Amino acid sequence: MRDLPVNYSGKIEDFFPTLRILNVQGHVVDNQRKPEMTNDQLRELMRRMVYTRIWDQRALSLNRQGRLGFYAPVAGQEASMVASQFAMDKGDWLLPSYRDIPQLVWHGLPLYKAFLYSKGHFEGGQYPKELNAVMPQIIIGAQATQTAGIALGLKKRGKSQIAFCYFGDGATSQGDVYEAMNFAGVYKAPAVFICQNNRFAISVPVEKQTAAETLAQKAVAAGIRGIQVDGMDPLAVYAAAKEAREHAIAGKGPTLIETLTYRYGPHTMAGDDPTRYRTDELTNEWEKQDPLVRFRLYLEQQGIWSREDEEQTSEQAKKDVAKALKQADGVPKQKVTDLLGNMYEKPTQAIKEQIEQYSAREGDQR
Amino acid sequence: MTQMTMIQAITDAMRTELRNDENVLVFGEDVAKNGGVFRATEGLYDEFGEERVFDTPLAESGIGGLALGLALQNYRPIMEIQFFGFVFEAMDSVASQLARLRYRSGGMYHAPVTVRSPFGGGVKTPELHADNLEGLFAQCPGLKVVIPSNPYDAKGLLISAIRDNDPVIFLEHMKLYRSFREEVPEDAYTIEIGKAKIVREGKDISIITYGAMVRTAFKAAEQLSKEGIECELIDLRTISPLDTETITNSIKKTNRAVVVQEAQKQAGIGAQVIAEINDRALLHLDAPVGRVTAPDSVFPFAAAEDVWLPNEKDIIDKVKETITF
Repeated sequence: MRDLPVNYSGKIEDFFPTLRILNVQGHVVDNQRKPEMTNDQLRELMRRMVYTRIWDQRALSLNRQGRLGFYAPVAGQEASMVASQFAMDKGDWLLPSYRDIPQLVWHGLPLYKAFLYSKGHFEGGQYPKELNAVMPQIIIGAQATQTAGIALGLKKRGKSQIAFCYFGDGATSQGDVYEAMNFAGVYKAPAVFICQNNRFAISVPVEKQTAAETLAQKAVAAGIRGIQVDGMDPLAVYAAAKEAREHAIAGKGPTLIETLTYRYGPHTMAGDDPTRYRTDELTNEWEKQDPLVRFRLYLEQQGIWSREDEEQTSEQAKKDVAKALKQADGVPKQKVTDLLGNMYEKPTQAIKEQIEQYSAREGDQR
Repeated sequence: MTQMTMIQAITDAMRTELRNDENVLVFGEDVAKNGGVFRATEGLYDEFGEERVFDTPLAESGIGGLALGLALQNYRPIMEIQFFGFVFEAMDSVASQLARLRYRSGGMYHAPVTVRSPFGGGVKTPELHADNLEGLFAQCPGLKVVIPSNPYDAKGLLISAIRDNDPVIFLEHMKLYRSFREEVPEDAYTIEIGKAKIVREGKDISIITYGAMVRTAFKAAEQLSKEGIECELIDLRTISPLDTETITNSIKKTNRAVVVQEAQKQAGIGAQVIAEINDRALLHLDAPVGRVTAPDSVFPFAAAEDVWLPNEKDIIDKVKETITF
């Protein structure tokens, strides 16, 4: 039996206090657990978070103009997403949900491919050979069991790599998420499960998902480690992810990290109206927690971030988005024969017949 | 050549491929030390160890996800679903994930996964063990569905399934596991997936079937032969994709057909076979294509199997009806 927490009250949630390193003023409140990061790393993390915020704003407006398709906004979750990905090694595997496009891009997915995914083009799923990632998962929880498989594979291959998996608060109600943590636990597989608790699964608040006081404590059911972090605090998220990674690499098994975060925008751009289910007060309250604000204050206090840096990053992001969109628009349109051709290694008789039929039709259109 | 039951041939196929390719893994519930609930994986754990043959927690969806993840680390998983009636738990991981991986990655990733699972009636199993659910998977683009009817085919088809670089559902009829022995070569050999076999040649009518119904239909054909009706019996072996060429060539010769399946009328693959015949050989038909199936109820309580499952007499009657149409 491990030591009980001070003031242990008999409640499981007492084992899962929130890890916070930076407060909203950008002051370090937990020096002991502050991750070791160089100034360059700190600046790069800030640059990525600012870049992601700008790209999110651009994506929203491009979606409204009909120039992008499916898009799940990320503003508010930059620390949770970008700082956790920042703890990954290049060779680590990433299994994202549909909202976790920033992690994919920072892990190496070209931005124009992310836009092709949004528009619904198969080339958006054709990942570069050197990118260890699976396409965004629409079936909530499915990426988690696949993560257990990848992690077991990495362990069997004797690789010093791990698998990072992302899902939301609602996903913790799915059977697959429990199965995944349990499988990874049984096989002591090198996996990190990151539950981004943004308090809402579309319109349903987390209180309606479970009576559990924390989501991190769901790790207990799998016999694995769980940790709750302030998901608006980039240093806390990075520290937790880094530590979970090292734990996994050391062969000690998986960790569940719950990040307490918030999305400022709607669930997706497909007609969701968040004013139907949450109040301005709540959003304002979370805006005070903004990860960019507190990290900016912290870096400014260190004298390693300026308004100029911020503007430069913002301009770069806008330029890159415009360029990536143009690149995505230039990709040839999909043909039915492309889709049929991607079904099997060797086309079956039925597929062959249909490729013939459709190529005749495609020939007509030329 | 050795005399083998179908289950021995299945074990032999897995052993052959475990030896042949170090990436082949076998996992599922009770497949390791226990050798499987039907002894299908008997001896594999002892020969290849925990690294290659291992048990999983009791969760079918997790098993499917595990297979996909391992496939992405270049393994060649053979996952077992203990009874195919439990596949609903794994429907997403098989039908939505494994089946679509190649397509959704534009060909960058693929899932060389074999899903082995027992099914089929006649052995009085408890609920949801014997259901004929092959039709559900025949409807999923990206999968192939193989159902052997004898030891020789089982080994050759399973080796092909394991070597296939796309997911294959390999369904093993429980009644066929130990009901008869057959000569099976000891070495590795393959049977092409998607190719039917003419089990018995005939000129009067084509009987198209698969699984345990192949044996039942064969007995029916022998009976009918005594009455002067020569049936051509086609064992589909793969129900998706269908070997439409073998089917239509046979019908062009016999001009009549009956499709036989153990599944309910609204299930299975019978309707698809008939639609293909209508598309490809309608003008060669002298009568509508007959169908022998189970009734459209839930799979029967064990004591009602005998009155529910299609049998020899059902086939004989339907053949005569089609001949005299």
